[in-house]
Amino acid sequence: MIEGILIGLTTALTFQNILMVMVGCFFGTIIGMLPGLGPMTAIALMIPITYGFDPATGLILMAGVYYGAVFGGSTSSILLNAPGVPGTVATSFDGYPMAQQGKAGKALAIAAWSSFAGGTLSAIYLLFMAPSLSKVSLSFRSPDYFALMILGLTAIAAFSSKGQFLKAMMMVVLGLMLASVGQDSLSDITRFTFNNMNLTDGISFVLVVMATFAMSEALTIILKRNDPTSAAKQVSLTELGSIKINKEERTKMYKTIPRSSVIGFLIGVLPGAGATIASFLAYGMERNVVSDEEKEKFGKGSVNGLSAPETANNAACSGSFVPMLTLGIPGSGTTAVMLGALLGFGVQPGPRLYMTNPEIFWSIIMSMYIGMVILLILNLPLIPYIARILAVPKNYLIPLILFFSVTGIYVMSFNNFDIYLMIGIAVVATFLRLYDFPMPPLILAFVLGGLMEENLRRSLLLSNGSWEFLWDRTLTACILVTTILIVVWHIYKTFKVKN
Amino acid sequence: MNINTTKIISLLFFIFSAFYLYTAYQIQVFAFDENAPFNARTFPIYLGYAGLFFSGLKLILPDPNTIKVDHKNLEYKKTGILILIAIIYGATILKVGYFLTTSLFLFASYYFLGERRWILMFLLSFPFVAAFMYLLHGILDIYLRDPFLQSIGVMG
Repeated sequence: MIEGILIGLTTALTFQNILMVMVGCFFGTIIGMLPGLGPMTAIALMIPITYGFDPATGLILMAGVYYGAVFGGSTSSILLNAPGVPGTVATSFDGYPMAQQGKAGKALAIAAWSSFAGGTLSAIYLLFMAPSLSKVSLSFRSPDYFALMILGLTAIAAFSSKGQFLKAMMMVVLGLMLASVGQDSLSDITRFTFNNMNLTDGISFVLVVMATFAMSEALTIILKRNDPTSAAKQVSLTELGSIKINKEERTKMYKTIPRSSVIGFLIGVLPGAGATIASFLAYGMERNVVSDEEKEKFGKGSVNGLSAPETANNAACSGSFVPMLTLGIPGSGTTAVMLGALLGFGVQPGPRLYMTNPEIFWSIIMSMYIGMVILLILNLPLIPYIARILAVPKNYLIPLILFFSVTGIYVMSFNNFDIYLMIGIAVVATFLRLYDFPMPPLILAFVLGGLMEENLRRSLLLSNGSWEFLWDRTLTACILVTTILIVVWHIYKTFKVKN
Repeated sequence: MNINTTKIISLLFFIFSAFYLYTAYQIQVFAFDENAPFNARTFPIYLGYAGLFFSGLKLILPDPNTIKVDHKNLEYKKTGILILIAIIYGATILKVGYFLTTSLFLFASYYFLGERRWILMFLLSFPFVAAFMYLLHGILDIYLRDPFLQSIGVMG
């Protein structure tokens, strides 16, 4: 492990990679602050640029954007009561009341320190857990991977939107269908191309991400007459107050941070769960464990109530890297985008990544520490100024998002068919978003489509066409039982709410 | 059964899945692969049935969380214009080149979204695209074909 850490540090501490972490954190913070534009959009916009770099640098940049976006989301939650990303909704419960009491600077400082501690602690958990899990996952066979992918897709659908399980499952199927376009990987037979040569190689992953996130989000903002930048115009630089945290507040944070980081990390590791559930769970747990006197302060500007979700959502970000780096199966939409980008680099994430590309594996982990320090430096003194930068009119913001989307696609293929295809998918995605059809399950399914077919092919060929492979191995059966439990639990919850 | 737009989308998805399934059965596989446990059409066939299953359930089951969209408050005109500008961009980029098409795409988008600060619009289109093009072409070594710049001798 020491050797790995040194490899990681050598790669992560190059001038170029430190610069990429800084750029990623800065860009992510800005995008994360804008309500509606989450980390997936931020990462999607970055993908074409990352292809100019080596895989480690590209992934370091995307990871920086990811935790920068989560960090930025907490700032708009505290200052404006407008969470930039769903993972920071719980931050506004106590962060915004604190800001209203004239302690916005203190709330930002608590959030920054908690995020830093949560992110750093979970990077340490990741450091110890990822190599061990990589070794364990080497024993995984095709049926286990197939079952794991079914679990991941079901879980992301179950957690994606309350009461919208079927819609999410429809999006999963649509994502898999889009992934099936083009040549079959084994026989080279073309499928669903309708004799169009442009579809022979399949639909590009970047195209689908850009269309369903960046472009469709820009169109949705215009269609719904939203202005994500309007809230930033209300930020007053003079009313932030002090950023100093006193001894009593520090003592409270010392207790909250370790337990919230463990919850955040473990929830982040679970497929489909992610920062939103982690932050709510940490908030709920913290409310249950504090004294009655402190409990009364929850929702009115509690230090524990602010520190817990902030620690957990950042810890969950690092946790979500575990299944991606060790199994090659992303646990969330955001890590699915990163996985797709890695595949684009020609790198196959999975248990062997640890051995075949140690510089990528370890540099991502080590860059997390650097990223957390940079975010702390960014967030504490610069956030109010960044918030002011955000007050750019949407008349400029939207065309620039569209520009990055179409340019991103054009520079990848130099083909205008891809631009038309992206516009078509973006229009459909915008319409589906209006009716609350979630997009992250579609992306996860699109990324996993090829791998899922490959593992099903191997499993069925080995079992001579019999579906017994699903319960032949204990591990496969356990994963499938977990999947069934998630579905049953979800159906039970839906009926319970209805009654 | 209560008919709402979500149900109509589910119906469209059901029809799409049926079409997908039909096309999946039409995939030509090699003769020796025809009766194999897995061939190029196996996975798509399962997907087609999964699509029919989930959209069928969504159609049949009651919808407790009906989404109501107020179409009167939606900005169809500007959205449509932006989509049209993007289509025109796609149609002209190969012939005209990256620099001019992208700059005009940005300029037109600012204009149709209601912006009238001409100097700022200009700065955030032509010089901005030039700088971005330099980043891609000059620094990151990503080749950008540009007949317009080639014709005036700026690009080799």
